[in-house]
Amino acid sequence: MAYSEKVIDHFKNPRNVGTLDKASDAVGTGLVGAPECGDVMRLQIEVDQESGTIKDAKFKTFGCGSAIASSSLATEWLKGKSIDDALAIDNMDIVEELALPPVKIHCSVLAEDAIKSAISDYKTKNGIS
Amino acid sequence: MSTPIQIYLDNNATTPCDPRVVDAMLPFFHQVPGNAASRNHPFGWKAEEAVDYAREQVADLLQVSSKEIIFTSGATESDNLGLKGAFEMYSRKGNHIITLKTEHKAVLDSCKKIEKLGGEVTYLDVEGDGIVDLGKLEAAIKSNTIMISVMWANNETGVIQPMKEIGELCAKHGVLFMSDATQAVGKIETHPKDIGVHIMAFTGHKMYGPKGVGALYVSRKNPRVKLTSQLDGGGHERGMRSGTLNVPGIVGMGKAAEIAKNEMKQDAERLSVLRDKLENAFKANLDEVYVNGNTEHRMPHVTNISFKHVEGEGLMMTFNQNIAVSSGSACTSASLEPSYVLIALGLGDDLAHSSIRFSLGRFTTDEEIDQAVNLVSKGVDHMRDLSPIWEMYKEGVDLDAVVWSEH
Repeated sequence: MAYSEKVIDHFKNPRNVGTLDKASDAVGTGLVGAPECGDVMRLQIEVDQESGTIKDAKFKTFGCGSAIASSSLATEWLKGKSIDDALAIDNMDIVEELALPPVKIHCSVLAEDAIKSAISDYKTKNGIS
Repeated sequence: MSTPIQIYLDNNATTPCDPRVVDAMLPFFHQVPGNAASRNHPFGWKAEEAVDYAREQVADLLQVSSKEIIFTSGATESDNLGLKGAFEMYSRKGNHIITLKTEHKAVLDSCKKIEKLGGEVTYLDVEGDGIVDLGKLEAAIKSNTIMISVMWANNETGVIQPMKEIGELCAKHGVLFMSDATQAVGKIETHPKDIGVHIMAFTGHKMYGPKGVGALYVSRKNPRVKLTSQLDGGGHERGMRSGTLNVPGIVGMGKAAEIAKNEMKQDAERLSVLRDKLENAFKANLDEVYVNGNTEHRMPHVTNISFKHVEGEGLMMTFNQNIAVSSGSACTSASLEPSYVLIALGLGDDLAHSSIRFSLGRFTTDEEIDQAVNLVSKGVDHMRDLSPIWEMYKEGVDLDAVVWSEH
């Protein structure tokens, strides 16, 4: 299977790898997937609480190249977005941007799940419904 | 721009054709174009002579009679013919076949077809090291059992089954013993008569011969085994496999067998040293490295290693421009299921997803192993830096206690 250039670029030079302080109220953490399934993504956002925009995003992913590229791309897209705009990111946007083949669509689904899970964690912490 | 280094450590997928094999084959495309079944002119005679010679070379490697070698298109066809052909031929004696869960798909799927045709198949578990328990195997034999089919050496782990003991069991109970010996022939000694194997499948392209040609050993004496042909036509190959013989391929397989007979011992000695070096270097460089399968009874050129908390396909992507290997990770297959062979060894799905198979070959060099150690170790470090579960493991989180969101 050949990978698209964008997947290879994100894989070789992953953006925003790292860990934010999950105890902070400004940070939302999403951990999705399972080792048994071959994919685990941890995606974190740090929200500027005055403006409600995402000022930082970090990820770590256990998975194939497409899973790593999907989460790396997601962190790029998240930075600077409002929570509502972030919630609007659709997995098919990721599929299109990275030219993922059908067998890798689940990687993009996982990335979307990770975004939603991180936002949900942030909202829960801050009593936002 | 210089060509990137390319190191081939996927010899269990296929071996490069030995240049001596290619040289032997070349005349049989144009200069000697005959059909080995053309009995009335020199073109046919020369082709037949070449096939006879190759048959001797292959028989010599196995220490059997050349009359016991049936040429086919490859191991998949040989496995199909051995299993389905025996099932049909011996249906009056019984309908039960015993095999292992770790067999190649060519065997497992042939057995599934046999079940659809009214056969009964027992798929035995193996132990944690990949080896079948002889007591369990014997216990599975019933009055309607006609055959036990056990692969000589496993393609994913290189684990070698206790062939001699299984042969004795088969003799004791009067059942046929078939073996898919694809990964063993030409690399270790595989003498079916010494072992008590009656039907044995193998192929050219795993022993430095060409693709598209394989063979089936079918015992002619004690017992005389007959198989119902699965391809009907001109009655070639003692009526067991019709179809014009692939003369250049057969010549190549013969040459490959001759070379293997002379060189496999020294190849095996050299490769086991390199394989051990590779394995030990990973263990020295990296934490949480697990070798899968029995390490005493295995092929000299293979190691199957799980680099825990790293996903196999992702890991391969860090070095696949330079090093060719295989992974038991789901992501390398369309099924999204990790290797059923490793699962049968009792590995958790997580370790199966983390596995890489390194299979060395006749053309692997010491320098290539050093480069592979370096590049793969770097890849593992890169992937672990990216891995949330590696971070959790390092923090002392009990990963088994984490509630994962399965998807």
